[in-house]
Amino acid sequence: MAKGFVPNIKQLPKFMKEDPGILQGHRACAGCGCAIILRQIMMARRKPIVIANATGCMEVVTTIFPYTAWRTPWIHVAFENAAAVAAGIDAGRNKLQRAGRFSGDKDISVDYDVVALAGDGGTYDIGLQALSGALERWHNFMYVLYDNEAYMNTGIQRSGGTPFGAWTTTTPVGKKIKGKPLTKKPIVDIVVAHRIPYAATVSPAYWVDALKKFRKGFETEGPAFIHAYGVCPRGWRTDTKDTIKLSKLAVETCFFPLYEVINSEWYLTGPSLTIAKNPDRKKPVEEYLKLQGRFRHMMLPENKWMVEKFQELVDENWEIILKRAKNV
Amino acid sequence: MQKVVKQRMMALNGDEAVAWAVKQSDVDVVSAYPITPQTIIVERISDFVHEGEVDLEFIKVESEHSALSACVGAAAAGARAFTATAANGLQLMFEILYITASLRMPVVMAVVNRAPSGPINIHCDHNDSMGARDAGWIQIYCEDAQEAYDSTIQAFKISEDPEVLLPTMVTLDGFLISHTLQNVSLLPEEVVHEFLGTRKVQRIKVPEIFGDKEVPLMLNPKYPLTFGPLDLFDYYFEHKRQQIEAMERAYKVIERVHKEYAEISGRSYGNGFIEPYKTDDADVVVVGLGSTMGTAKAVVDELRGEGKKVGSIRIRVFRPFPRELLRKVLSEFDAVGVLDRGISFGHFGQVYSDLCAALYGAKDAPMMIDFVYGLGGRDMPQKLLKKIFEEVLEAKVKGPEPVFRIRGVR
Repeated sequence: MAKGFVPNIKQLPKFMKEDPGILQGHRACAGCGCAIILRQIMMARRKPIVIANATGCMEVVTTIFPYTAWRTPWIHVAFENAAAVAAGIDAGRNKLQRAGRFSGDKDISVDYDVVALAGDGGTYDIGLQALSGALERWHNFMYVLYDNEAYMNTGIQRSGGTPFGAWTTTTPVGKKIKGKPLTKKPIVDIVVAHRIPYAATVSPAYWVDALKKFRKGFETEGPAFIHAYGVCPRGWRTDTKDTIKLSKLAVETCFFPLYEVINSEWYLTGPSLTIAKNPDRKKPVEEYLKLQGRFRHMMLPENKWMVEKFQELVDENWEIILKRAKNV
Repeated sequence: MQKVVKQRMMALNGDEAVAWAVKQSDVDVVSAYPITPQTIIVERISDFVHEGEVDLEFIKVESEHSALSACVGAAAAGARAFTATAANGLQLMFEILYITASLRMPVVMAVVNRAPSGPINIHCDHNDSMGARDAGWIQIYCEDAQEAYDSTIQAFKISEDPEVLLPTMVTLDGFLISHTLQNVSLLPEEVVHEFLGTRKVQRIKVPEIFGDKEVPLMLNPKYPLTFGPLDLFDYYFEHKRQQIEAMERAYKVIERVHKEYAEISGRSYGNGFIEPYKTDDADVVVVGLGSTMGTAKAVVDELRGEGKKVGSIRIRVFRPFPRELLRKVLSEFDAVGVLDRGISFGHFGQVYSDLCAALYGAKDAPMMIDFVYGLGGRDMPQKLLKKIFEEVLEAKVKGPEPVFRIRGVR
């Protein structure tokens, strides 16, 4: 349902060359899906942006003093407070704009969009309180969750965003317990329960869909939330060349459906809408799981039940979303 | 020299006095969470905002952690930011206290001193702000509501000085100051505006990116800067050294701001760092912080009436600690009683241990005795304080042992 802004493939390279927002040469791992998300946020800008970044992978790989990959104003304060810091920036900007404080200073602009950027740990878990508060207070900002499904920066520990069965260093595959026995927290449901004007999911493989949604998030008056799917080859034990393939498979298997929620109304987008209309195009989740080392144990004959269970969880979630979607 | 301006007298408690200071100080963003005994501050500021009497953004956050985080965001965006808290709220902010100072954000915070849990208690002691003394904030301890008002205004000017750029905590004793009505003289709003101006933003050079251009130190799309990068063993220490040096430079700025403010308001608190009372010919003095030192003045008068040569010294600025000054001043006396409304479990009260460090090796260092008192809001009546003075007088003859004494406890 993303209408209005259509990314122009001819103008984007020029725009990104003139004003990249983030530079190459940062220290993200090869095949990092989250680094692609950062570029896509930049491609969707309608005006300058200011980023409040939670502690995590994207904070660490883009900055190490005296270097920075950012060519956009950027601040990192702590792990659990990206939304609160963004709230402060929003409030400061509003007051300074209203007062015309720096209007006479040609070196200063207070006209920008505010972005909070956090991983799954900083959103599902430690940052949930600050996020909920900022949504309730209706700050004018876009919160981007880059979800690589575990605490990757500290060395692959499970989070509330880690899917069922996944191996992590705190959900090891043991004789008794194999991987994470629980499933992913429905973070978008939680966010949407705040009845914010805009929420959406994006996968970097579907970049036009992603750019439209990021732009919509920027244009939203009030809080917007984007749940971005971020492949982590290091933590998922996947081949770096498979990042985009996995970003597609996650959507094609309906493990990570693409949709937007506009004023609490759900709409499927892109390939997820196609699958809703042509259910036979839905791929079995095993195709997605088998490419990842973190699910390797599930491929053993004695653990086949885990794949089945995973498929059930995916189907359950997909059915819920289908029921909600207004455009199916 | 400026003339002292005509002022309006209002009956205010300490919390209200702080709220008035915030109202008059061109604050852009307030971000705070209610906690007894700080609540009146956020209530009054809310009144001012909702009545349209002040134009500021009040973020009514969901926790103290977010309260200070939002202040950091606002200050980085170029706004003047204020928050207020107490005890457990301050402890929830603990992580962000260090980051605020490290990012050199000139945030001002009122801390209404309250005993930290547990057991849960809402009354005054200093263990909350004492726990934060190493966080890199300037700390000013007030004696009454008037001083809380004056110090809050001064705090913005101190924090935002380009030589300093550090956050400031203004503390006032819970209930004893926060909820106690007093005649408070308020400066005309335009005088405060003129004294402070709106928040200025310092300019810095970043030659690698912007060459010789001096760029505003804020989140600004015209000259994008990175705040809060990862900073490891190769640079972190240099940045800490800069914080250490900024604290050292703060002495001069605190003194200057206190003097400038005295010129327009007619009010001063000693030299801004310490406030001695009848110490000129005193043999023994009692040193402490906060509202108890008001009581101490009455006790000094009483003992002077009995012919005893006693005095008192109130420490107003605890960070940066006026160590050179105290080393010099306290060396004049034979015995010093130190009043600590806090305790470092397993050691002494915080004021005592800091004073011992400051006086170590001084040629004429006095004997010093630590009196821990008033935890959880336990009263310090004149009678008890008089007894403490008498103990110090006695120590002059009999010696200081034991140097650690707990008073007013069962």
